[in-house]
Amino acid sequence: MGSFAGGGLPPDDVVVTALRAGDEAMFAALLDTWSGGMLRVARSYVSTDHSAEEVVQDTWLAVIGGIDAFESRSSVKTWIYRILVNTAKKRNARESRTLPWSSFEQDGATDKGLDAVLPGGWKEPSAAWPTPESEALAAEVRGLIAEGLARLPSRQRIVITLRDVEGCTSEEVCEILEISPANQRVLLHRARTAVRGWLADYFESVKQPE
Amino acid sequence: MKRFTCDELAEVITAYLEDALDRPARDGVRAHLACCEGCERYFEQFRATIGALGDPPPEELPADVRSRLMSAFRERRRL
Repeated sequence: MGSFAGGGLPPDDVVVTALRAGDEAMFAALLDTWSGGMLRVARSYVSTDHSAEEVVQDTWLAVIGGIDAFESRSSVKTWIYRILVNTAKKRNARESRTLPWSSFEQDGATDKGLDAVLPGGWKEPSAAWPTPESEALAAEVRGLIAEGLARLPSRQRIVITLRDVEGCTSEEVCEILEISPANQRVLLHRARTAVRGWLADYFESVKQPE
Repeated sequence: MKRFTCDELAEVITAYLEDALDRPARDGVRAHLACCEGCERYFEQFRATIGALGDPPPEELPADVRSRLMSAFRERRRL
């Protein structure tokens, strides 16, 4: 097998055949292409780096154990992400007994984030955002987004992470999470609205006085 | 063509971006955005947010976990 520089993996049937044949280069390519994103998704459910790594590790072990039985009803990626989400949920349920952070989460219009961003007629349109050209600003924004994601209700967080951070399609997200397209859209919209609000607050706070 | 207030428009941006609106609603969103500076800016910020979300810091599996998984994959063949 050649290398898969740039993250371009071959079609699923090629991947599955290679994995079943024990092609190590193919397995390594999958590991290196998807594990980073899988860690981020795992973090949507669990609280520590260590837990996230274990969730990803257990997911890959399940993939290794299950590849022979894999039926191509879904894509390889969707299949793996479903295992990931289920593994992470179980882990989260176990952690929640000692760490009850899920108790204050709801998916309704939760906190002030939402009200703050509703543009009630634009008496004063907010200022244009600077493009994050400088590394410092980009790093600042990334940090802010990470914090923001952690504050979202869990269902919103997983949807926006899969869609906007990992670049899954809406069809993939619906399949991975077993939710309807309409539900996916509502959760995604609330999450994006909240994150936009936090970014807007941030840009407002660092605005140069004119 | 459907007419939107600014509040209503803000609520359908994701649906609009997902191409999940019917024709009259889609045309209504376009028409509103074309003539409302506030919503146009909000829409730009919404898209900038999506762009920023898609640029996360890189993550990597720790080397020991990776090599454990490579061994597990190798072992599998012997079962």
